[in-house]
Amino acid sequence: MRAAVVVFPGTWSDRDCLHALETVGIESRRVWHRERQIESDELVVLPGGFSYGDYLRCGAIARFSPVMEAVRRHAEAGGLVIGICNGFQVLCEAGMLPGALMRNDSLRFRCQEVHLQAASAGSPFTSGLDPARPLRMPISHGEGNYYADPETLERLEREERIAFRYVDASGRATARANPNGSLRNIAGVLSAGGNVLGMMPHPERACETLLGGDDGNAIWRSLLARRAARGSGLTADPARPGASR
Amino acid sequence: MSRFVAHVTVMLKPLVNDPAGLAVRDGLQALGFEGVESVRVGKRLQVTLSAPGPDEAASRVRAMCDQLLANPVIEDFLVEIADGASDS
Repeated sequence: MRAAVVVFPGTWSDRDCLHALETVGIESRRVWHRERQIESDELVVLPGGFSYGDYLRCGAIARFSPVMEAVRRHAEAGGLVIGICNGFQVLCEAGMLPGALMRNDSLRFRCQEVHLQAASAGSPFTSGLDPARPLRMPISHGEGNYYADPETLERLEREERIAFRYVDASGRATARANPNGSLRNIAGVLSAGGNVLGMMPHPERACETLLGGDDGNAIWRSLLARRAARGSGLTADPARPGASR
Repeated sequence: MSRFVAHVTVMLKPLVNDPAGLAVRDGLQALGFEGVESVRVGKRLQVTLSAPGPDEAASRVRAMCDQLLANPVIEDFLVEIADGASDS
């Protein structure tokens, strides 16, 4: 398995992503935002940071980078894309995922550990995760407050596209476990095809026990297990083709 | 072609929670301003452009709002063309 880690001006988590991916055996390269070449079997990673200084709105300018056209085509062809933190904001602004990420309800930048419950088994990213065992990893953002209109939220629930919820250590989605005011404790959402994931928490920063935990690796291992089970290729389940909001 | 100045006001939709607005409201109340019921915090942008006329200028700026200046998921916008177009 290979990964393409996209670097926008202001991206800051790309090296962390490379390190985490290599840790689990996924060969990775960095892709500058002016490049346009994405290989069909690559996992595209849009890392965290402050692309274009978060001008206008977080992620609003990055979506016009040349590489994003290639990322969009990749997703539409069923290729895998994960947006982490600022990458999630970019995917929402680009219309590749529904909803928007607003200012944290506390008005504060939150840098802390959270617990996540995998709320959907309907994607290669989450199919290997155990909902009964919350994953612990950090968040680090000022605008992670997930919003979508009520109809969209209902559709996401119905189609099992809520990838992760903020929960407490025992797995309860309480208000106290919600670090930013996200509706329904949503920490990550999936595209209709299940091949595009956006999430605010940072799995790449939970990749070694020395750093406080390696729960983040479970997401990459889920991808690897899926690929091993399917023999080859790194594409989403053909039963759920395409990727639209 | 004339030059126009468009003032764009971008506000969160009424149903979208605005924590910054709530914080400012609380601050005003803490300062003793009476009768403050709510505060909403938005953005104002000024776009200078050339266009054949004010209607065309407004419709171009509205298209800019749809595609970039506002996020239709959470924000509404208002476009006003300032008086006093000048030839450019």
